Amino acid sequence: MTEFPQNPSTVYYFGTCLSDMIYPEAGMAGIRLLQREGVEVIYPSRQSCCGQPAYNSGFPDEARAVALAQVDAFSGSNAPIVVPSGSCAGMMRIHYPLLFEHEPDYFRVKRFSERIFELTSFLRHSLNATYTDKGPPVTLTWHSSCHARREMVCTEDSKALLRQLANVTLVELENEHECCGFGGTFSVKRPEISAAMVKDKVRDIQNTGASAFITGDCGCMMNISGHMESRKNPISGHHIAEFILERIHG
Amino acid sequence: MDKPKKATFARAAARALADTQLRDNLRFATQSLRQKRLAVFDDPEATEALREIGSRIKARGLTRLPRLLEQLEARCQKNGIMVHWAETTEEANRIVLSIMEAHGARKVVKGKSMVSEEMHFNAFMKDHGKEALETDLGEFIIQLNNEPPSHIIVPAIHKNRKQIGKIFADKIPGTDYTEDTDILLATARRILREHYRTADIGLSGVNFAVAETGTLCLVENEGNGRMCTTVPPVHVALMGLEKVVETLDEVPPLYRLLCGSATGQRITTYFNMIKGPRQKGEKDGPKEVHLVILDNGRSRMLADPQLRQVLQCIRCGTCLNHCPVYTRIGGHAYNSTYPGPIGEILMPQLEGLDTKGELVFASSLCNACSEVCPVKIPIPELIRRMRNESYLKRGKGVIPGHGFKRNAVERVVWKGWRYSQTIPMLNWAMLKTLAIAGRILPNVGPLKAWTRVRTKPVFAKESLKQLTRQEGIRHE
Amino acid sequence: MSRPSARTQILSRLYKNAGAIAPYTPEAAHWSPPALSPAKRINRFVELMEAVRSEVYRVKGNAWVDALRKLLQTRELATLAYGKKTWCGDLLEKSWAAKPHPTNLIPWTQDIEEFRDELFGISAGITTTMGGIAEAAAMILWPTPEEPRLLSLVPPVHIALVKASEIYTSFPEALKKLDWAKKAPTNSLLISGPSKTADIELILQFGVHGPTDLIVFLIE
Repeated sequence: MTEFPQNPSTVYYFGTCLSDMIYPEAGMAGIRLLQREGVEVIYPSRQSCCGQPAYNSGFPDEARAVALAQVDAFSGSNAPIVVPSGSCAGMMRIHYPLLFEHEPDYFRVKRFSERIFELTSFLRHSLNATYTDKGPPVTLTWHSSCHARREMVCTEDSKALLRQLANVTLVELENEHECCGFGGTFSVKRPEISAAMVKDKVRDIQNTGASAFITGDCGCMMNISGHMESRKNPISGHHIAEFILERIHG
Repeated sequence: MDKPKKATFARAAARALADTQLRDNLRFATQSLRQKRLAVFDDPEATEALREIGSRIKARGLTRLPRLLEQLEARCQKNGIMVHWAETTEEANRIVLSIMEAHGARKVVKGKSMVSEEMHFNAFMKDHGKEALETDLGEFIIQLNNEPPSHIIVPAIHKNRKQIGKIFADKIPGTDYTEDTDILLATARRILREHYRTADIGLSGVNFAVAETGTLCLVENEGNGRMCTTVPPVHVALMGLEKVVETLDEVPPLYRLLCGSATGQRITTYFNMIKGPRQKGEKDGPKEVHLVILDNGRSRMLADPQLRQVLQCIRCGTCLNHCPVYTRIGGHAYNSTYPGPIGEILMPQLEGLDTKGELVFASSLCNACSEVCPVKIPIPELIRRMRNESYLKRGKGVIPGHGFKRNAVERVVWKGWRYSQTIPMLNWAMLKTLAIAGRILPNVGPLKAWTRVRTKPVFAKESLKQLTRQEGIRHE
Repeated sequence: MSRPSARTQILSRLYKNAGAIAPYTPEAAHWSPPALSPAKRINRFVELMEAVRSEVYRVKGNAWVDALRKLLQTRELATLAYGKKTWCGDLLEKSWAAKPHPTNLIPWTQDIEEFRDELFGISAGITTTMGGIAEAAAMILWPTPEEPRLLSLVPPVHIALVKASEIYTSFPEALKKLDWAKKAPTNSLLISGPSKTADIELILQFGVHGPTDLIVFLIE
């Protein structure tokens, strides 16, 4: 079990490369949720990407170089590092030590990895965040990224936060355990299979009758929403941080 | 070399994806297999403890593999089993052929054996004028239709009863088309029982070979394994050399893991433990038992502490049932003896990355396989490692055929990516460029693949870096 | 018939590769499902055996013989193969001698080569067992010269006698209590039900190659 620091005064924030390039509002919402609990949030400006794209594609040397750049960027103090993505958090918490297993930097990297927390787990377990829903009644469903589910094991935490919102009806997604077909470079290296997977995912989302799906990972969101938009499907996708922030402000 | 093979897998996958009947058959079957598994492994804590036991038994076995095999050989010989060693599948086929010839045998009845698939045993026997008959019902069906199995455990998983009814009507003389599974079963029973009675040789695989006692364990539901190993006068067992375990005590946990993972059973109908041929005074059982121990590259795989983990596999097939890729394209698209996640990490090691390397890219690395693997093989980690081997310079890797995918374009792209993510100025410049020119990126290469079923990603005008600065978030 | 050098080459590669880089691998814990009381063992055995379509009849002492006579008659089984010089065979012979029965008792006395064709035509076979396993229900069979391997496999109906006092909690317990590693015969096995398959659309079907029916007399 992960040990969560209790009510820390300061945290670092790793925004992820996808929120830098495509979803800055989602990244920003995560910061606001942390600040709302009275935590000072520091954003190291030298941060970039967790390195997962290269790591998964068979280029560990490139991944290591990028990983070390993150370790350096967050070396100002030992404050916890909060990540608004189960996938990037899994990369940094679980895979970095494997990636550096035989490298001289192993212990430094390992200490860094132990400071990594996924946003919703951190809000729930370290900050005991509570939310009052000010939005209109809405029915939605939850999509869990594979690494949120199987590496960071934070799916229940994300759902627990959503369940605090009184006007939100959360419909469970059939085949929730199944990958949406993103898989980073998989989506462009095996586009035919990836397409079949995302189509099935959208069908399952549609079957819930929800008007929107919520997820904790921008990669899945880009994939699923991208397919929905191309099919003129009116269901919208939202990052959980952005969604919660909107609901509590009404 | 590279191009046509790539096209082959992509084409096969696309063809499978377009086959709606196949998609339906696979979705239905794999879903029920997953549910059945969960009914046996309903206690996550106990399941995890059992998987840990299974994983350690197999991992420890690998560290002492040669000693266990020597012990197995000695015990088997003492029990009257004749032991043969084969470095290659060709050699293994020749050994079986020579046993058949020594007995003037013409017909061999086969229990299910993945090693025999690896050997392309049936084709070899046909080429040498022998009749090799599959007796497992699923294998029997697809042999009628001249197809390879599409699943390790459920070979005809891709067929429904209508298709099977048609195969029977077409291929078995005097059989009418029927969708009645009872009639289909009765037909198979009638034919197969006659074959058991008249076969010269019975062939089987081995699930666990116990070094301590020289016992060959065989797991099955149908009873065809018992038939093949008991009725004909000669029994030949084929095993990959990783199937050996040290003691009889190690068998029950592995057996539970195997049946729970494979078919969602607590126990199979039959668990056969074979210790030798018919002894003096006994009235039945084969007069000769042979054990063929096949290497086929396994001893080489053992050299790498990470890659060797593939040898822990007990062939339960549960990674197939849980894989979002396999459950959509089925086994045939992989064009491999072992399909699905286990095939992705085993086939390239058996046949070389240059031949089977495309398989390691057929995964979204979702971890569904490693979550359920009964012996905890970290399949996604091995896939990553093998992707890396695919790009290594010749001589820098350990898997045969490594470096098959090495190309200047990807190398340059990843180098560029690396600099854009490690040098802050370049990162800033990249984000700026995307913000301004992202919308007019030409729709080629990866972007083209992406937009086949998705809209183009819309790059933000302001990156999170800029936004946080504007919002007064403390930078460091 | 294999090349002697194949063995040498495989083993030398294995010796080179197995130990040298062996990462530390801790020993596996012993797996033993929690022990059940005798009454629970028996109930669990019956429940799970029935769940895989075995018919279980609980009988006292030698009452199974009469129960069997009735059963053979209602099912109109023409022939029953059995082993001579076993406690089961002795009771059958005594009962059949005392009172005739339409089912023909056929002792297995010859080698399979002479008996094979007849065996494939017999309606039922009866065997004793070494007991049963409760936790994942199965019967333990150690075939003997008197009750050969195929007696429990070839006839379409298999009738088995299990003593309630010989039901063990689990497979690991049975391995230990029976001293399986040392004492097991050339072929030992577990049987949990009639022969079955799910190879067509995962539909469970019974009697694909071996027995279509498994009848167990649980002797208390």
